[in-house]
Amino acid sequence: MTAASHFRTCPTTGLKIDRSAENLIKANAVVAVVFLLIGGLFGLSIALTRWPAVHLLPADWFYLALTAHGFDVLLAWIIFFEMAVLYFASAILLNSRIAAPRWGWAQFWLMLVGALMTNVAVLQGNSSVMFTSYPPLVAAPHFYLGLVLFAVGALIGCAVFFGTLVVARDEKTYQGSVPLVTFGAITAAIIAVFTLACGAIILIPTFLWSVGIISGVDPLMYKLVWWGMGHSSQQINVAAHVAVWYAIGAMVLGAKPISEKVSRMAFLMYILFLQLASAHHLLVEPGVSSSWKIFNTSYAMYLAVLGSMIHGMTVPGAIEAAQRAKGFNKGLFEWLRKAPWGNPAFAGMFLSLVMFGFLGGISGVVMGTEQINLIIHNTIYVPGHFHATVVAGTTLAFMAITYLLVPLIFRREVMFKKIAQWQPYVFGLGIAGISLFMMGAGTLGVPRRHWDITFADALSQFQFSPAAFLMLALNGLSAIVAAIGGAMYIVVVVCSVFLGRKIGDNEVVQLGPVSGAASAAAVARYGNEGTLKIPGTVVLVAVFFVSFVLYYFVNWKYLAEVWPLK
Amino acid sequence: MGIASPRAGWWKEPIHKVELIWIIVAFLWGLGMFFMMIYWHGAGNQNLSNEAYRITPAAFAAKVDEMTEKYTVRQEGAFPVVRPPPGSDVYMMGRVYMWWPMLELVKGETYRLHLSSIDLQHGFSLQPVNINLQVHPGYEMVVTMTPNQLGQFGIVCNEYCGFGHHTMTGRIYVVDNK
Repeated sequence: MTAASHFRTCPTTGLKIDRSAENLIKANAVVAVVFLLIGGLFGLSIALTRWPAVHLLPADWFYLALTAHGFDVLLAWIIFFEMAVLYFASAILLNSRIAAPRWGWAQFWLMLVGALMTNVAVLQGNSSVMFTSYPPLVAAPHFYLGLVLFAVGALIGCAVFFGTLVVARDEKTYQGSVPLVTFGAITAAIIAVFTLACGAIILIPTFLWSVGIISGVDPLMYKLVWWGMGHSSQQINVAAHVAVWYAIGAMVLGAKPISEKVSRMAFLMYILFLQLASAHHLLVEPGVSSSWKIFNTSYAMYLAVLGSMIHGMTVPGAIEAAQRAKGFNKGLFEWLRKAPWGNPAFAGMFLSLVMFGFLGGISGVVMGTEQINLIIHNTIYVPGHFHATVVAGTTLAFMAITYLLVPLIFRREVMFKKIAQWQPYVFGLGIAGISLFMMGAGTLGVPRRHWDITFADALSQFQFSPAAFLMLALNGLSAIVAAIGGAMYIVVVVCSVFLGRKIGDNEVVQLGPVSGAASAAAVARYGNEGTLKIPGTVVLVAVFFVSFVLYYFVNWKYLAEVWPLK
Repeated sequence: MGIASPRAGWWKEPIHKVELIWIIVAFLWGLGMFFMMIYWHGAGNQNLSNEAYRITPAAFAAKVDEMTEKYTVRQEGAFPVVRPPPGSDVYMMGRVYMWWPMLELVKGETYRLHLSSIDLQHGFSLQPVNINLQVHPGYEMVVTMTPNQLGQFGIVCNEYCGFGHHTMTGRIYVVDNK
């Protein structure tokens, strides 16, 4: 079963690498990047349409592009990449063979066929129902069928992942507990099972309704269950990209968690509480009680938010500790100033961490407050928020780890080093702009998913303030910057994978200033209370906390100014 | 390292003091935010009652028509402008692609606003006040609303409802009693 020829030994990390796992990782990652390209282009066309002075697409194409953009990047790019992360965190990190590689290929092909089917349905023009496809809006049957196949494929991928964990344990390919990154991936996979099951549970009846077998789907029930997939799948992303943060910290700087216990507890909180987030989409809905809303929207008293806030300290804390152990001890921030900012894996990871926390995290909690949602629901503030979490957070983290996967898994040297170096900054700047300007426009009441806020063809007129138009223009400009950053990523990755210099079988790759044995030695000396100080991280976390509290209460103030409602 | 198995006994290692303080602060902040929502239900003026009923689109349309027939004060383009008495039940219907009818309300008076849709889901977005409510077909939501500003307010649809979504608008006038 475990014939030696199935494995190669990685000269850089010493890990034993199962070639079938490696091929699955490659296939999923490549398809993921293709969907990022397609979905990204749709995204650019949407932002340029919403820029009133440009107004690129006609209305029907705009809504079509919006539907395709949502599916291609939010589901296809991210879940394909997550499949690669799951195989990496199980088979590769645990030195194990992959369980049932044929089922792994079933995962890949089912997801690919499903994704193509849904894309075909959207491009045929009669399924412009948005990514969310709220009934009674109806799409072509193969729109739903594609989604169901995609979800089933992803579920199979999770099963292969869990199977691999069992194999690794049985065959004793690792000692003691699984690594933290694998633990994070387990979190992601458990949430994924819940998520994909929700998707299948609601999309199967919706499919049956679209072909006329059942008479209707309750719109409120649909939203409740659909968002069990739609929102919880974003929590897979959170778990996966936090795992990626730890992985990059470890691989580039030799960083290890300040305490394993705390970081793992934080992941555990995700498993226990994150799935309540369906409520975030039902806060201004009829037929749901306030007590239900308050309990669920706060993830049971913000316990999942607590998990994220803990990672928000432990990830930079681990980096600070690793840097200080290497002698960067001057003042509060020498460790940060002298971090490898020219390494795109590190730069992308750190930008992802900061923007996810400050832009995505804070805005998410604020808009998820039951009453504050009244002034935010379905405005363009909402996409502003989730571009900060999913694009600045997840996508940027996934881009960052690609710079490590290319040499380690694809065995190719990263080409165009200068472009690669700048890529996280260009992309990050664009995404920060997109998020902030959409949130700004949303605060002024601009609706999301809307082709024309001048209401030129409407029966009764309304004028948004000039500031709202300015925000949308700045959003369009930011989207161009982000698209350039995205194009840089795709050029670097595609060229490196196909044309990059092949890395020899025994060649050690330099991932960061420290790698392999050197980092292991450097980190062996800290990890216990009293032996390390992380004052820089304390200051960063304090700044975060103060911003959070201020922004939270500013929004209560905004709310208090609107018409009394009860 | 995060990508290697932790050394044996990691479960027994003490938690770093800074981490512990942050966990406590973050936990308390979470509790504070949780109780803030409950507090606002008592002390705040912007809450949803969550009063809602199941209703068929036809039955809701009938209620809207009844109010419109009784209280229409003028016509504005395609829309009747309805001025129901203060304190009464007022109705607004979402449909592709308009908010029907236009309402004229008196500043400082309280109304029970009933919202529903007769076709798809719509988003009731009152601008520039910026109150946003989700409107479902089959469900009638009741919101007790007290307009406290004078003027002309737009209602935009902010839930996608088909290719004409961006043309779906409506209006509420708020006037002085005198």
